[in-house]
Amino acid sequence: MKDSLITVAMPKGRIFGDACRLLRKAGFALPETFETTRKLIFDLEDEPFRFILAKPVDVPTYVEYGAVDIGIAGKDVLLESGRDVYEVVDLGISKCHMAVAGLPGHRGVHPFLKIATKYPHIASDYYRKRGEQVELIALNGSIELAPIVGLADAIVDIVSTGRTLKDNGLVEYDRLMDISSRLIVNPVSYRMKKQAIDRIIEKIIGITEGTKIGMD
Amino acid sequence: MTQPYMFEKPLGLRDLLPPAQRATAQLEDLFHNELNRWGYDFLRTPALEFAETIGRASAIEDGQLFKFFDAEGHPVVLRPDMTTPIARIAASSLRGQPLPLRLAYTANLYRSQKREGGHPSEFEQTGAELIGDGTPYADVEVISLMISLLEKTGLESIRVAVGHVGFVNAFFYDMVKDKETVRRLRHLLYNKNDVGFREYVASLNLSEAAAGKLNRFVDSRRLDNAATLDYLKTLTSGAAMPVHSYYQNILELLDLLKIDRLDGKIDLDITLVPHLSYYTGFVFQGFGGGLGFPVASGGRYDDLLAQFNRPCPATGFGIRLDRLMSAVKTDDRKAGLRKGPRKLAVIYDHEHAEEALRFANQVRDAGKTVVLQHSGGIDDPDAFAGQFTTIRRFLTQERTETGE
Repeated sequence: MKDSLITVAMPKGRIFGDACRLLRKAGFALPETFETTRKLIFDLEDEPFRFILAKPVDVPTYVEYGAVDIGIAGKDVLLESGRDVYEVVDLGISKCHMAVAGLPGHRGVHPFLKIATKYPHIASDYYRKRGEQVELIALNGSIELAPIVGLADAIVDIVSTGRTLKDNGLVEYDRLMDISSRLIVNPVSYRMKKQAIDRIIEKIIGITEGTKIGMD
Repeated sequence: MTQPYMFEKPLGLRDLLPPAQRATAQLEDLFHNELNRWGYDFLRTPALEFAETIGRASAIEDGQLFKFFDAEGHPVVLRPDMTTPIARIAASSLRGQPLPLRLAYTANLYRSQKREGGHPSEFEQTGAELIGDGTPYADVEVISLMISLLEKTGLESIRVAVGHVGFVNAFFYDMVKDKETVRRLRHLLYNKNDVGFREYVASLNLSEAAAGKLNRFVDSRRLDNAATLDYLKTLTSGAAMPVHSYYQNILELLDLLKIDRLDGKIDLDITLVPHLSYYTGFVFQGFGGGLGFPVASGGRYDDLLAQFNRPCPATGFGIRLDRLMSAVKTDDRKAGLRKGPRKLAVIYDHEHAEEALRFANQVRDAGKTVVLQHSGGIDDPDAFAGQFTTIRRFLTQERTETGE
């Protein structure tokens, strides 16, 4: 019985609503209360599925260690964490992009460019590929503050509508990559529960193919 | 780093306390006996090797190597794998021996890590190498042997994923005709990044037919064994020579595994690409016991021995004992191991030393475990006695036996 149970890590927060809509469309009977519940673990009534609600950056960790079989995670989180998981489907939801931003007209004037970010690996990778050495300052939220109060020269962060940047008087300097949410699978679960997981993947591919927009 | 506390160890290193050590030793014995029965000879190699030879040939990322200098100033590494040192021996000390060689080992391997728990920097591995036989029969032998070892441990729901990196390389080269592009495609497979693979294929300016073929290649992971074979067959039409012969090898391997009745445990997955870059042919990973990581892995490495000037085909595998320990189900046998063997205590004083020693040795000769302890060395008699089911006292004031 335990083998046929599939456990799924869901990211709370920004992606959660999109992810729930997508799973309902794929035929999962998620209860009405799913979006409002304070419970962290949720079993479906009629199907062998268990959902856990985790902080988005932790989803790849649960999946890598096999604490859950599959998960939904943003590409930003996957790139930053570098976890050993199968990234099987681009779900095409919660789209945004990774960007460098800062105050207008202020682009690194002194030799030590200071960059504030929630994504030190992604930021470091980006600047190294450009052949620039920068100093990274790791922050956990409201990154837009950093250039305004003079903590950093620029920020590397995800931008969805650009509204937060605009409201705080920042402009985008460069676009690093497009970000969307991915379906990820633990490598061993993929072997041991292959049929059940392949069925889920196929259902999800079925509905994402219609909505998928190519790379721009 | 800050000054370490006295109880701390360097990152990623573990102690094995007596219960865990007993269980590990039992696995070692089990593997030792079974490998001997299959005709594999055990050997040992030093923990330190030269960075320029073993360090480079082992194909472990530089950042994962423990690297320092020996007293003569040569860069040395703590061995990150055992396949490479065995290749060195097969090409040097055992050069005169007729092939094929069947060699086995149990050894601690060292791979530095900066991340977190669950990935030890030092781990024990038991493995076997079959050197000098390039036929699929050798591949079947090592896969069967690996499964047999795993079965002996009582590991539940064993599955083995089997791929073929030679086929992958040959097929990719046929599609894109560029070695660097093949390397990047293979790297995306190794990273398990299907989405990135498709994006990269889309960026390559390939014909629609070639791009479609590459994308279907990734999708083939979802096919069962029979459907995978059918699919691989379609890839051989119009393909270059190596693709054909690798396909024949795959067919043969599955047929042979069927004879061994192991095909039910095999998941043929052509997209499987392991991290060690010396693999050239069949590659495989073993899973079981509901553990989130592979417990064993291996493959064919036909080019590695050439680096030690004895070109010859070879294949082998390693089983991670640390992972196996957490994958094997806790049963009564393991609970017994936790407590350890039943011990008899013999407590004596100076006057009875000879008598006590004679008695203890008699019991030891009978195969029982005896702790011989002078009464003067005991700090807390009740706490000491509490560890034993039976105590025999050879003392001047009293001479009794308590317990069963």
